[in-house]
Amino acid sequence: MAETAISLRGLSKHFGTVRAVDDLDLDIADGEFFSMLGPSGSGKTTVLRLIAGFEEPTGGTITLGDEDVTDRPAFARDVNTVFQDYAIFPHMSVLENVEYGLRVKKVGRAERRKRAEEALETVRLGEYGARRPHQLSGGQRQRVALARALVNRPKVLLLDEPLGALDLKLRREMQIELKAIQREVGITFVFVTHDQEEALTMSDRIAVFNEGRIEQLAAPVELYERPASAFVAGFVGTSNLIAGEAARQVVGQEGAFVIRPEKVRLEAAAPAPSSEVCVAPGVVREVVYLGALTSTVVALDAGPTVTVTHPNTDTTIDAALERRDQRVVLTWRREHLVSLGSPDPATSPEEETA
Amino acid sequence: MGLLLTPPMLWLGVAYLGALGALLVTSLWSQNDFTGEIERIWTLDNFRSLLTVDVYRTITFRTLMVAAVVTVVDAVLAFPIALYMAKVASRRAQRLLVIAVLMPLWASYLVKAYAWRGMFSADGPIAWIAQPFGLDTPGYGLFATTVTLAYLWLPYMILPVFAGIERVPDSLFEASADLGAGSWQTLRRVVIPMAFPAIVAGSIFTFSLTMGDYIAVKIVGGTTQMLGNVVYDNQGAANNLPFAAAVATIPIVVMLGYLAAARRTGALENL
Repeated sequence: MAETAISLRGLSKHFGTVRAVDDLDLDIADGEFFSMLGPSGSGKTTVLRLIAGFEEPTGGTITLGDEDVTDRPAFARDVNTVFQDYAIFPHMSVLENVEYGLRVKKVGRAERRKRAEEALETVRLGEYGARRPHQLSGGQRQRVALARALVNRPKVLLLDEPLGALDLKLRREMQIELKAIQREVGITFVFVTHDQEEALTMSDRIAVFNEGRIEQLAAPVELYERPASAFVAGFVGTSNLIAGEAARQVVGQEGAFVIRPEKVRLEAAAPAPSSEVCVAPGVVREVVYLGALTSTVVALDAGPTVTVTHPNTDTTIDAALERRDQRVVLTWRREHLVSLGSPDPATSPEEETA
Repeated sequence: MGLLLTPPMLWLGVAYLGALGALLVTSLWSQNDFTGEIERIWTLDNFRSLLTVDVYRTITFRTLMVAAVVTVVDAVLAFPIALYMAKVASRRAQRLLVIAVLMPLWASYLVKAYAWRGMFSADGPIAWIAQPFGLDTPGYGLFATTVTLAYLWLPYMILPVFAGIERVPDSLFEASADLGAGSWQTLRRVVIPMAFPAIVAGSIFTFSLTMGDYIAVKIVGGTTQMLGNVVYDNQGAANNLPFAAAVATIPIVVMLGYLAAARRTGALENL
């Protein structure tokens, strides 16, 4: 792995009795697109604010490059932030906003202007320098915030749910664009989001946060295919949890297991028994048309309810709808099962979320 | 809705603007020097003497200066207090401070003016504090008037500025620090420019209230005269209502100009 951009050691932040961040150790590599993913209140934003210097840690250290910045105020740290509400200065033009960081650092007028214009080009707002912030759309404001941060060429760029306020289509576009900009400028991006799809799309590595701790730290593929806990399995993508008595019956083993909906096949009759395939009969409860996919909810005879998805290769879903209330057999390859070890009911999510 | 609005609109139209209109009409009449009766003959004589007689020009200029100084003093005092209230103080402290700022408004104007008369008197607290340094109280006059008026109108400046600064999102302070600005830079480049319309809004109160005042001047101003005194004396002692009306139009004209200028800063959205 490349040089370390950010290093957190034993980092804690308590608000009264709430441990927003609880004894966190984390290393983020130079040039990495790193995401912090988690539900609201999981501590991911607090970690970002601690790195930026907006909050003082209760304990632990923050190292940027090889400098300990734990006790430094925000303005003396070589990081810049893209805020959730963009925090564009409303009394300045777009160009003045972008120039702000250079202006307060006493960069000469000509160079300031040149760099600000370059930064606006990077985010494809070259023509918008003279505009006032209130004349911009949400997506454009977001780009101004990005340019205003990038123009300072920080060691690390911190992004606090920057796409949260955009509509879905624009958000998808910006995801790809952000990734492209990151590759272009080569700055370490630390990206906070509660949107698992967003994190999977853009990141080199993802840290899944829960209750102030990192639940799992992995590359997107590993995170999705090999979730380390029921929480991660439930938060990242949809997953079916098979545990306890059901695991004994269906898997033939003690423990808790997760199987992704797209890895399960729906069959009319049980196939020939094989040690490589798990077989579970059940009744179709619900068929949901999702456009690209059809999702089928099956109540297994063994107890748990399992969601199965398959791509809509046909133009109707009549075949799928006909299966409603019919008996079916679900099969999946044993190697696709992810073992979570012994089940812990306290951390297993009530309902698997997308 | 229309029915509901009728009484207040009538009040505004007839009692409020109507009285102002009557004032303007009166200012165009004259007074018979001999009988003291008002003569309803259209004339611009009142305005002519206002513009040509030196003493009125001096008084107008003095009144404007006092209003300007009071406004600046109040803005300078109010800004840090408002900033502290809006962004530093805890919720609880903020509520207490709002009450503390409003409290003087509950006390009678006269009591406060007389309190300052006591402060500035020859054996008052100011004289007592100044004495060891070989100084004396400035006594009653323009200085005492300015101080008293600045004291009286301070809440009218603090409240709009407080509301204005409170509306500045915290993230803008953080963004400024994030981009490398220290506290002073943030203050100068973000907070003050953003609070400026609110300061102008407050200044509308401090400026206009000062221009119309005549009681504080009477109590702590010594022999100093302001426009308010001229109006008062003319309609009281001299009973020259038309001239008093003409003098009273000066603050109105000045304030209309002031409001027009303030409108350009967006201050009127801060009232």
